[in-house]
Amino acid sequence: MAKIATRDAYGKALAALALENKNVVAVDADLSGSTKTAELKKVAPERHFNVGIAESNLIGVSAGLACNGKIPYCSTFAIFATGRAYDQVRNTVAYGKLNVKICATHAGLTVGEDGATHQALEDIALMRAVPNMIVIQPCDGIEVEQCIRAVADYHGPVYVRLGRSAVEVVNDNPDYKFEIGKGVVLHKGDKDIVMIASGMMVQESLKAIELLKEKGINPTLINIHTIKPLDEELIVKYAKDAKYVVSLEEHNIYGGLGGAVAECLAKHCPRKQVFIGTQDTFGESGKPELLLEKYGLSASKVAERIINECK
Amino acid sequence: MENLQKIANNMRINIVKMVHANKSGHPGGALSCADILTALYFNAMDINKDNLKDTVRDKFVLSKGHASAAIYAVLAEKGFIPFEELKTFRAINSNLQGHPNMLDCPGVDVSSGSLGQGLSVGVGMSLANKLEGNDFRTYVLCGDGELQEGQIWEAAMAAAHFNLDNLVLIIDYNGLQIDGYNRDVMNIRPVGDKFKAFGWQTVAVDGHDIESIIAGLNYAKTVKGQPTVIIAETVKGKGVSFMEDKAGWHGKAPSDEELAIALKELGGNN
Repeated sequence: MAKIATRDAYGKALAALALENKNVVAVDADLSGSTKTAELKKVAPERHFNVGIAESNLIGVSAGLACNGKIPYCSTFAIFATGRAYDQVRNTVAYGKLNVKICATHAGLTVGEDGATHQALEDIALMRAVPNMIVIQPCDGIEVEQCIRAVADYHGPVYVRLGRSAVEVVNDNPDYKFEIGKGVVLHKGDKDIVMIASGMMVQESLKAIELLKEKGINPTLINIHTIKPLDEELIVKYAKDAKYVVSLEEHNIYGGLGGAVAECLAKHCPRKQVFIGTQDTFGESGKPELLLEKYGLSASKVAERIINECK
Repeated sequence: MENLQKIANNMRINIVKMVHANKSGHPGGALSCADILTALYFNAMDINKDNLKDTVRDKFVLSKGHASAAIYAVLAEKGFIPFEELKTFRAINSNLQGHPNMLDCPGVDVSSGSLGQGLSVGVGMSLANKLEGNDFRTYVLCGDGELQEGQIWEAAMAAAHFNLDNLVLIIDYNGLQIDGYNRDVMNIRPVGDKFKAFGWQTVAVDGHDIESIIAGLNYAKTVKGQPTVIIAETVKGKGVSFMEDKAGWHGKAPSDEELAIALKELGGNN
């Protein structure tokens, strides 16, 4: 399978969109080579604004551009966009329902060697708790491409969570259509175990299913790219026939996808849930694949937990 | 000019009445910027009922959002909101929130309240205007104590870097903040030299002399290639003797007796 990091797909999609839509601008904070907004700069340099190492200003400037009719895609690492600039996102962007697209890269453990200070594991929780905010985590290049266009057509603030490391393309079918708020059933297996994954955990889940099949377990897999608003209808449709629901995310088990799924199940269809994610801990330096293994997010660790906990 | 002074005085009457009506608000900092807002909305800015809803026009960012009573008072003077509505200030279900919300109140160009964020928004608006090649201008009003927020200096650096001569920052320099005088709480001086060092043009005006404020705003229109900061010397609580230069009137409502004295001084009716 072809591999591409979601941040790379973002840069390409943003540059292509900018050529079609003159109101699209990019705002970056000295990370344009890493966040890939530099791709837009190549095709429309006058619409790329670098504010330097100043993330609070990054969000504020983006808000001002949105006030005057521009569609700013503003990028920095997830930890800074949601952590350092939380107040700016909440009070200026979200309260005014401004049309700012916060496309944050380097989310989660797969940042790798930079370690805990740069591995955002609570950003979904922060953004999900802000009124007016849409929260999306595309899992592969194809989903990113369509997502970046879809959020331009939606008027209001959006948080798009992107990753640093290359991931397999899993949505390479001609019928694939990204729609904000609509989950995607990626594998129809048995009904008793439903895996609900987001971001790069979708790929790990597909690999885990291959391992599980060898043991005679064949869970169903739903890709939830939009964490808010959550596709409750789809989740309930599959959860009602299931004995176990497994949530999988490259994020703390509190407040993210797992929390959102648990809230949905508690309201509509209580089920035993297995929370796969970081277990309320910071990350650390290391190669991404080794970090996934150590923190229980690799395909083999996921398979192991499902075998042990979904009996 | 006499007419403008009348408008500013009427704003002050409404500010004290608003804060009294629901026993809540920030009279000191609203009274100190009444003349500045009058000069902006009745002279410098091209803003009227016809272009009010336009996405792009001259814009005003009240970065010191707690002076919300002042912006609501000037929006009423412009006829953008009914005077009658001012009574609802800070009450439940009101469009006139404690700190202004752009989604509720027509004429509020951006929501504000968390200090230090408005200048960045002004930079973004000005960049959009530059990109479009239009002549619209963006005005941002900050409190002096607000200069203690780090984000102001991120935005100040960016405004000069992007040569935003269509951006004007006005500092309501009343010398006071919640805990006392700036010089005692956290010294911000020298303000002009700081902005000069950041690449800004600086102008000092008397913040209670509308003619002086307009002269500063006109001067800013002639500056090319760099943003301008207008340092407006003001008195917190201006116009109400017992509120003047008193930190205690930052966020406090007058009693019925105090309102009567204030209205008498301002020549207003209850």
